Amino acid sequence: MITSNPFAELAAVIPPAAMQTYVVLMVLLAAGGTILDILHKKSAKYFFENAKKAQQNATRSVSGGEKVGIALKTVGKEVLTSGEFDNQQRRMSHLLTMYGFILLVVTTMVLIFGYPAGPAPAIIPLLWHLGALMLAGGGYWFWFGIRVDVSSEGHPWYRVERADLFILSLLATATFALLWSFTQGAGAIGWLFFVLFVAATTALFGSVYWSKFAHMFFKPAAAFQKRITKADGSAENLPTISRAEPEQQQRHSMELLRDAPMDMGLGIKREAPNHY
Amino acid sequence: MPTFVYMTRCDGCGYCVDICPSDIMHIDKTYRRAYNIEPNMCWECFSCVKACPHDAIDVRGYADFAPLGSSVRVKRDEEKGTIAWRVKFRDGREKNFLSPITTKPWGKHIPKLAEVPAPSKEMRDSELLFNEPKYIRLDDGDLYSLKDAGLKLKEGVYY
Repeated sequence: MITSNPFAELAAVIPPAAMQTYVVLMVLLAAGGTILDILHKKSAKYFFENAKKAQQNATRSVSGGEKVGIALKTVGKEVLTSGEFDNQQRRMSHLLTMYGFILLVVTTMVLIFGYPAGPAPAIIPLLWHLGALMLAGGGYWFWFGIRVDVSSEGHPWYRVERADLFILSLLATATFALLWSFTQGAGAIGWLFFVLFVAATTALFGSVYWSKFAHMFFKPAAAFQKRITKADGSAENLPTISRAEPEQQQRHSMELLRDAPMDMGLGIKREAPNHY
Repeated sequence: MPTFVYMTRCDGCGYCVDICPSDIMHIDKTYRRAYNIEPNMCWECFSCVKACPHDAIDVRGYADFAPLGSSVRVKRDEEKGTIAWRVKFRDGREKNFLSPITTKPWGKHIPKLAEVPAPSKEMRDSELLFNEPKYIRLDDGDLYSLKDAGLKLKEGVYY
């Protein structure tokens, strides 16, 4: 079941050209929504103004080669492994959701454009189901473990606000994708889940302007800019001096730590927050 | 000026919530990011600013040492055992400070809480804080409590 192409059976009723048009339309909706979002919030304008301000405060210039290195580090830490999250639960659920979503979108495109009416190599539908499962797993973890975490003062699960548009449409997409795939050929119930799947997908890609869908384009840029400000010394006005520098070790205030090891260990490490 | 949170930097980890002595840093119920629920009650102790692993919290420095238009930011580096401050005045002058973290392990110093027995059930249920009459010497002479005054402890914030 999970190795069969769910779109092949669908092709008997809905022509592949219609499915392909739908996918193109969703891509256009996501792109259009993101552009409108940028124009409306003026986020790009604010971002570049801030970058210019940081550059004026810079104490050293960052070379082109260094910038490439910083970009690679950003991709390795913030983009691929969600390393900016200190909240480990949030990081894990984000990684699951992110890779699940990417897998689901890519395999859907491969199935619809590459194998519109016939069976596909078993690995692709398998990855499609795996993607949907990861997306659902990460999404439900976020929803019940973080967003509605009632023991940590979250709202109950049935209270929904506009801020939840993105996560809920993602969850609906993944859930109905799986339910549709499993009930396909079972008559009306299969078609019901298919209609819900399409509705959820349309809501997901059609609501980019109102939801936080576009964060996948903004976040890497913001993470890159944050690293650049650290490298050029402006550091958003944060302190840049460190005990690692020999001249700082000679400060009168640092007398107590002159012979101390550079890694002070866990003695002064705060305990992880769990009381709220 | 009380603390404020840069929402795009916060990831809702809760360090500020746990450390705030005024208990006014909370996590927003919908957005799951921290915010100051009652700026009036903030005494600008910088605890949350230092505790934030993302430098997402900021406070405008006290006017007596950093006049308007300045920036006062701090970084607590646990690994190196230091606290660094960077004060930037509006005319561009900058002051940098670096000093050791002097936090002691919990309960090992004054008061030696590690040696004090844990609070009993009655203590937990009473309106007084842990060891309160003894530690703040309220039991010298007489102990005045809400009960004595015929008052009741109400839940939540009230004036």
